[in-house]
Amino acid sequence: MKASKDLASALERLRKLASESGLDIGDELGSVEAKVKASSKTESTWRRVELARHPDRPYSLDYISRIFDDFTEFHGDRYHGDDQAIVGGIGFLAGRPVTIIANQKGRNLKENMRRNHGMASPEGYRKALRLAKQAEKFHRPIVTFVDTSGAYPGIEAEERGIGEAIARNLREFSQLKTPIICVIIGEGGSGGALGICVGDKIYMLENAVYSVISPEGCASILLRDATKAKDAAVMLRITSADLLEFKVVNGVIAEPGEGAHADPDKAAAIIKETLVRELDDLCTRNPSVLVRYRNQKILKVGHWNEGEAE
Amino acid sequence: MSDDPTLPAKPACPACATAYSAQELAAALRTCPSCGHHYRMEPSDRIAYIADPGSFKEFSANLRSLNPIDLVGYEEKLSEAEAKARMKEAVITGSCTIEGRPAILGVMSFNFMGGSMGSVVGEKVARALLKGARERVPVIIYATSGGARMQEGIFSLMQMAKTSAAAAELDKAGVPFFVVLCDPTTGGVTASFAMLGDVTIAEPKALIGFAGPRVIEGTIRQTLPEGFQRAEFQLEHGFVDIIVPRSEQKAMLARLIDLHKGSAPSKDEEKE
Repeated sequence: MKASKDLASALERLRKLASESGLDIGDELGSVEAKVKASSKTESTWRRVELARHPDRPYSLDYISRIFDDFTEFHGDRYHGDDQAIVGGIGFLAGRPVTIIANQKGRNLKENMRRNHGMASPEGYRKALRLAKQAEKFHRPIVTFVDTSGAYPGIEAEERGIGEAIARNLREFSQLKTPIICVIIGEGGSGGALGICVGDKIYMLENAVYSVISPEGCASILLRDATKAKDAAVMLRITSADLLEFKVVNGVIAEPGEGAHADPDKAAAIIKETLVRELDDLCTRNPSVLVRYRNQKILKVGHWNEGEAE
Repeated sequence: MSDDPTLPAKPACPACATAYSAQELAAALRTCPSCGHHYRMEPSDRIAYIADPGSFKEFSANLRSLNPIDLVGYEEKLSEAEAKARMKEAVITGSCTIEGRPAILGVMSFNFMGGSMGSVVGEKVARALLKGARERVPVIIYATSGGARMQEGIFSLMQMAKTSAAAAELDKAGVPFFVVLCDPTTGGVTASFAMLGDVTIAEPKALIGFAGPRVIEGTIRQTLPEGFQRAEFQLEHGFVDIIVPRSEQKAMLARLIDLHKGSAPSKDEEKE
């Protein structure tokens, strides 16, 4: 980032010098400038990918303990087991009971084995749905924190229907008669993220990313070169600014200083402020109307050319 | 086998190596007359088989993809796919009758960019489902896909939510939704509408899963067992209702429509 800023200001000085001395190097400068701009775009995008994956970045439970009072975690999908890559429970948000469902990464090797690096299995999605239905029953709003590189691509996950589990969540979350706010706090990795990211309001932290495929995966398939992940990240348009421009997210939540890891307390306070404000509004709405608006938005998404009238 | 070079080449069946001409395969609905291996089948052939002659009326035939994330080369890729698959997109949807019964039929093509789901596939599938819900006509979708179309970035991911929300409308309307899973059905299509049917049919030996076998092998660093993620595996694990050979599919779909008759509640009951 700093290097490209230095380059840009050096170019600016050069342009000034050239024009003062009557030297016509505008075209050359333009092409160099374009290159500097592209490289700075690549650098700034990749910087965000690195921040989203930063080992010190606050994970869901770091935020949950700072934002909610009396968070009480519940376990299990009632079919097979308890997937600790997704945590869930109830807590008070500024005095209001709220169901919380969140991807959870591990902080060290031991915890990562337990939490499978935040890559959820079918049980995680089924636990999420169970808790969401419970929230609906008690007219409790739902907050989800999304932070996963993706659903777990493993044998057991396939045997127990990871595709079916995600599909069912997508269908059911679209219909839940209770307010849902989703916040992408780090990595929003494909279907594994989407499985708990259908709601009335979708927010993204400033340095979070949200993508249909990882930059590495895209680079190896589309660019046929796994080392071109940085280029793929830019192509895929995965930053919070991109997603806001696409209107896929409702808002971007600013992070303090160098990023959320620099000041987790402050980051949590900013998220809390947004959640309280949105829920104060959403909770006054008729749940059937919420579902209608939610679906109108979901069913509208995409870009196509209608062609000739039918 | 004849060595006469003037005869057209007869491709050998990948399963039993017996060679049949294209005409012989077409007559057998693109299954091997010797061993029953199911070859992939294009939407035009499936529609010709499933829909009663002359009954198919296509919906949204002119919907075309845009380039929502301005990806370099996507337009060219679409043109190539169009020429190769001779289709405008990876799914064809429409209304038809099946042995006289009205139905809405959607058929995907693996030949068009690996059957990937972008905005147009999502929109056409969603429209078909919503129309079924509105007009109370059963919806049948033949799924085959490599997953979300990454060339459309986040918009392809959002089609999963969109098609699943559309499937919910069928639930609410009490209108049946039947899915036929074909080889291969993976990724974002498996994790959305393809797994949301009231009845899930699979073609014999079809590969059906969320993560592709190579991705899983890359993660666990071992070779996958024989038959992993095939239709028979999914039947055994409880994610498929019935495996139906192609020659029996039309009769089965007609029967399923009959079996679901009278299941929709009347409007009055809904109000109460």
